[in-house]
Amino acid sequence: MKKWYDFLWMVSLIYLFLGLFNILFAWLGMLCFLIPLIISVTKGSKAYCNQYCGRGQLFTLLGKKFHLSRNKPMPTWMKSKWFRYGFLSFFMVMFIQMIFNTVLVFKDVRSLSEVVKLFWTFKIPWEWANRVKDIPFWITQFAFGFYSIMLTSTLLGIITMLLFKPRSWCVYCPMGTMTQLICKVKGRDEKTG
Amino acid sequence: MAKRRAEISQSDCVACGACIKVCPRKAITIRRGMFAQVDASKCIGCGLCAKECPASIITMMTAEVCAG
Repeated sequence: MKKWYDFLWMVSLIYLFLGLFNILFAWLGMLCFLIPLIISVTKGSKAYCNQYCGRGQLFTLLGKKFHLSRNKPMPTWMKSKWFRYGFLSFFMVMFIQMIFNTVLVFKDVRSLSEVVKLFWTFKIPWEWANRVKDIPFWITQFAFGFYSIMLTSTLLGIITMLLFKPRSWCVYCPMGTMTQLICKVKGRDEKTG
Repeated sequence: MAKRRAEISQSDCVACGACIKVCPRKAITIRRGMFAQVDASKCIGCGLCAKECPASIITMMTAEVCAG
């Protein structure tokens, strides 16, 4: 029987749509960062990936139910630890850069950029989603930056879902890699400690 | 008697849990967020987990077991 958390794919989908109408909803995406981290640090488990990740469910739905996935094995290099940890490092650098941009807007060094940057390269005009004007610009800047990350990673996940297995994203998902690393460190500490 | 069962390469497992959801016998668990493990006594060797695994690190092995 399906449980309530089996429908979290809807939340992932709604999240992406909300960002089309009001960019401030992008802040909600922080939950996808904080919840897995809190679970892994406090419980030492990947319960978020295993049960609650709406994005993983969405890829399963698209790949399996809608038969959109080729269902082929991923290339070996993409599954390697080098790539997984490399992608996590790249993702973290880009995240820090996004925070840095937010700080520049906060300090009035840079003006608000009403664009969504796809694949960390292509700037897509997104000014219509900036509806709340009477708040500090840095709040909106962070939302644009965060939504860029969320949309880019969803698109990457969709591409690898189409080309390989439905949940291929899970193999190189930076949050998945990071939480597994936390669990491994915790597991090792418990063994030695 | 030969029995087919799933074997997981634990060093390569990303612990995503995709295998858990398809296992009809609930024979797979994730050990402390590190890797998946199969309860050999429950595994019926259907191969659904191997098909599902995005990292393709589950292989189906045939082993001789004592009957009774």
